[in-house]
Amino acid sequence: MIRRTVVLSLALLSVAGLDACRRRVVPAPAPAATNTDAQRQADSIAALRAQLRADSIAAAEAAARAAAAADRPPAGELAAVLTQKVYFDYDQDILRDDARAVLEAKVPILLANPNVSVAITGHTDERGTAEYNLALGQRRAAQVKRYLTSRGVADDRLTTQSMGDSQPAAEGTDESAYQQNRRAEFQLSGAGALMRPRS
Amino acid sequence: MHFPALRRALVALLLASPLAAQDSTSRGVHIGLTYDPGSKPGVVVLPVTGALGDSIQTIVQRDFDYGDRVNAIVLDANVAQDVSRATGPNWALLARLGAAAAVQVTPTASGFHLAVYNVATKQTALVKDFVSGAPPGSRAWRAALHGISDELEEAFTGVRGIARTRILFERGRRIWVVDSDGEGATPLTEAGTPISPAWHPSGGMIAYATYVPAGISVLDLGSGRARRVASGPGVYISPVFTPDGSSVVYAHGTDNGVDLYTAPLSGGGGRRLSVGRGSDNVSPSFSPDGRRIAFMSGRAGHPEIYTMDADGTDVDLLTPLDFGENAYRASPDWSPDGRHVAFMSQIARSFQILTINLRDRSLKQLTSDGRNEDPSWAPDGRHLTFVSTRTGTRQLWVLDIESGRSRQLTRGAAVRLPAWSPRLAAE
Repeated sequence: MIRRTVVLSLALLSVAGLDACRRRVVPAPAPAATNTDAQRQADSIAALRAQLRADSIAAAEAAARAAAAADRPPAGELAAVLTQKVYFDYDQDILRDDARAVLEAKVPILLANPNVSVAITGHTDERGTAEYNLALGQRRAAQVKRYLTSRGVADDRLTTQSMGDSQPAAEGTDESAYQQNRRAEFQLSGAGALMRPRS
Repeated sequence: MHFPALRRALVALLLASPLAAQDSTSRGVHIGLTYDPGSKPGVVVLPVTGALGDSIQTIVQRDFDYGDRVNAIVLDANVAQDVSRATGPNWALLARLGAAAAVQVTPTASGFHLAVYNVATKQTALVKDFVSGAPPGSRAWRAALHGISDELEEAFTGVRGIARTRILFERGRRIWVVDSDGEGATPLTEAGTPISPAWHPSGGMIAYATYVPAGISVLDLGSGRARRVASGPGVYISPVFTPDGSSVVYAHGTDNGVDLYTAPLSGGGGRRLSVGRGSDNVSPSFSPDGRRIAFMSGRAGHPEIYTMDADGTDVDLLTPLDFGENAYRASPDWSPDGRHVAFMSQIARSFQILTINLRDRSLKQLTSDGRNEDPSWAPDGRHLTFVSTRTGTRQLWVLDIESGRSRQLTRGAAVRLPAWSPRLAAE
């Protein structure tokens, strides 16, 4: 009985270790109140089943991990594509060709990873009023979102916000600094391991 | 050589009776001085003995100076000794200094004692006691003195002064407040992302926007408690209170442009006012009667100033459409007398402060030195504060639009987005 209980616990532990959510729904094994033969047999069968289940889940996970590892590009490459910034002209929210190319590269990755959400933040250079710049940053983020949803990314995966001119990427008061500051940035959540899109 | 003096005497005689009549209809204390709007009555602030005497004299004198309606005659040390005698004011000396009046503010156990002397009649024109329990030197104590200055200005000129007012602004991701004379700059909020402070008409509350998390907050200055009146996804910008104080009007945008909304302070959701169709509509400013709102909109492809009814209807382009270099007008602020809207306009790759006359739509450029932005009217409709880079960093300046005099209000770290308070009550 002691040995069986250990096996059962180990089996449950390995199941629990695979999936944190499942751990909550699997009840802990209650010690049998009466220790009959029938009960022992039932315990034995249950333990065996749990062991088999744990083994098969572990095997499937290992296979998935191996497959994912084989398919995974160099670390961070997909995330880098998703977080690559796009840039705008002065007082404009229109997507330039370079911005469209950057966004287009994100589309297949987003479609292949439906669990990933993206927060899009619009920024402006310091010229003009702080109030209008917050509005302009919002408009830029919204324009980016509109492009991505038009390419099939679900609306509820994309949130927009504006920092206006409050978080410059580059200090300075020349056009090269201003150009770096007129941008939209991307922050990922729920990503985990990104899956490479099938080509 | 005698001509100017003679002319002044004649002008004074000619003007004396109608202006005196006009004075008697104005609010406040009538002290029998003749006020010629084209000139400034000379006033000597008499020295005050005691530990706080110098501060009191300096504060009141400076209030007159900054008010730009009274000529504060500053005495050098030799003259100061002689101007006040045990028997009372030295009338002959005051007259030689060109003073129409002399005032003396003395600290008492319960506050301040004020005496006003009319130099022409050699009589005491006014005696009044002001109760103030504020600790000497404190902010409230200075506010009590500013209140006396304002009352004196009203007595001399018929127009109440603006010394007891304050200016909100943003500095280092906090909302700050500073007295009208530049004293007592203090942060009001914790560090965060507050922006665009605005005064409640009572002077007892302020509103501001934050962008992380996005929303509109109202801060009760008495209790120090802040609460949200609007929040959610997207961006919230530029709140102002309605002139009746019951609601806030602000800009809010998500994925379909930024529009103006109104939300009651008593609770309940925001209601959209402007129909920008995807454009940006921000920076509302009410006409004093509360019937119209000036605001900035990008609906024509670049920022211009528009007006609309308070319910969002009857939209009218206010600033003349001007494509090209000057096509960026923003930050409207409706003057308290209802006659002008001040705003900033792009000129020669910089920004300057302008006013537009609402009657004939004539434009007047008020600044040219450095970059000048975000005008806000004082409650007298004669002074404006704005952000200027004329000394390097962004600081607040105050301009008297009648005389063209300007002075620096803030010093230190860069500031932006000023909001001048209404006249404030005694504390």
